[in-house]
Amino acid sequence: MAFAVHFGVTMLACWLTAQVLAASTWTWRSPRIAILCWQAVGLALGLSAMGLPMALGLGLYDRPTGSALLALAADLSHDTLPVGLGAPQLAAVGVGFGIGAVLLTTTVRSILGTVRAQRRHRDLLTLVARRDPTVPGALVLDHPSAAAYCLPGVKPRVVVSAGTLDLLDRAELEAVLTHERAHADERHDLVLLPFTALCRALPWFRWVREAHERVALLVEMRADDKAREVHAEAPLAGALRRFAAAGNRVTPAGALGMGDRDLDVRVQRLLVADRPPRLIGAAALAVATTLVSLPISLFLS
Amino acid sequence: MTRLGDLERAVMDVLWDVVPGTSDGVTVREVADALDGRELAYTTVMTVLDRLAGKGMVQREREGRAWRYRAAASREAHIAQLMLDALDLGGSRDAALVRFARSVTGTEADVLRAALGDEAGPGATGSTGGRAVGRGDTGLTDRVDAPRTDRAGRPTPADEAADR
Repeated sequence: MAFAVHFGVTMLACWLTAQVLAASTWTWRSPRIAILCWQAVGLALGLSAMGLPMALGLGLYDRPTGSALLALAADLSHDTLPVGLGAPQLAAVGVGFGIGAVLLTTTVRSILGTVRAQRRHRDLLTLVARRDPTVPGALVLDHPSAAAYCLPGVKPRVVVSAGTLDLLDRAELEAVLTHERAHADERHDLVLLPFTALCRALPWFRWVREAHERVALLVEMRADDKAREVHAEAPLAGALRRFAAAGNRVTPAGALGMGDRDLDVRVQRLLVADRPPRLIGAAALAVATTLVSLPISLFLS
Repeated sequence: MTRLGDLERAVMDVLWDVVPGTSDGVTVREVADALDGRELAYTTVMTVLDRLAGKGMVQREREGRAWRYRAAASREAHIAQLMLDALDLGGSRDAALVRFARSVTGTEADVLRAALGDEAGPGATGSTGGRAVGRGDTGLTDRVDAPRTDRAGRPTPADEAADR
């Protein structure tokens, strides 16, 4: 029973950590550490969600979940189940495996869907995007709307629309391209992938979606940081402002959508040059490590 | 860009720019003739057209012993589709593009939708790939409308669910 409590407490701690992470603003100053924390919370939560029903079913063995599972497997193969371990307990163990299977299959399906969509997108780009001497290394889409994005992969593509070329000046465009290359180099698509998969597996949990949004924003901030290392803050902030302004042409004043609020936050943090909070960062990493090691230790012992 | 990608692009350029929209397609020979400067073998052009048909970029019909090929959708429709993905209006998170920022007004969303709408029928199927086929026109309209509710304020969970 103690082990089930252990998993339950881990899940509660994960939920609390997620609440704190979502509410704090230090994460904006060290996005990389914050992303690591979110990943730790996600992993710990997934493992605990599997472990909790398993531990409930295996309470009779009074051993950590990993060795209890091995003992159960041995007993099942010899057909010598201990007294008191019947259908309900086996069902609980099954539920644990079921949760694991669902998480795994959604992730795989998410990966497959992504690979398909990206191949399609890449094929189309080959046919209709053009190279432009003013933006070396990037592809240009002839469309008046403003968009700048990165198609991730082994051979990533940075794409800007003709609308973006009109919208931004030289320095701003360079900053945006560096930002996009940072996404490609650091494989931010892989960072987002498990969270996208979780959103699919658990669409009815609002805070899973919020976690996804948070991580997506942090990934942008991380790429902003790479761009500000190479260029100054001003062109990047300028580019963000222009994007925000272009999008707001027909939006009534004061009615900001999600994307616009995120743009605002990103501009604001570029204007204040704060150093990353080392102490909070270290503490957050310690909490994250503890969260992950709690369920892993039970599965491995 | 790979050599093959380069060839595919050249062939599509012929189908888009050289062939009049009213024509009921061209034969491999005609495409090869239009690509005269590149001195491509007939079989090479046939292979490229075959690949493009496999990807749903061109449609073909048998006429006698030869196939006639034409573009499944216009270049503009393909660009519109890419922009929908890029601006996150595609309704699918599958593309997993990482954006710098997006900027789209309601009017622009209408224009994008119109670009796809022009291709209604077989063309639209070709331009949007498997994902939009099952959803039909209503699906497309929903997808393009969603960001407007988005813009009107913080999206509610219901809005987001519809968006997904």
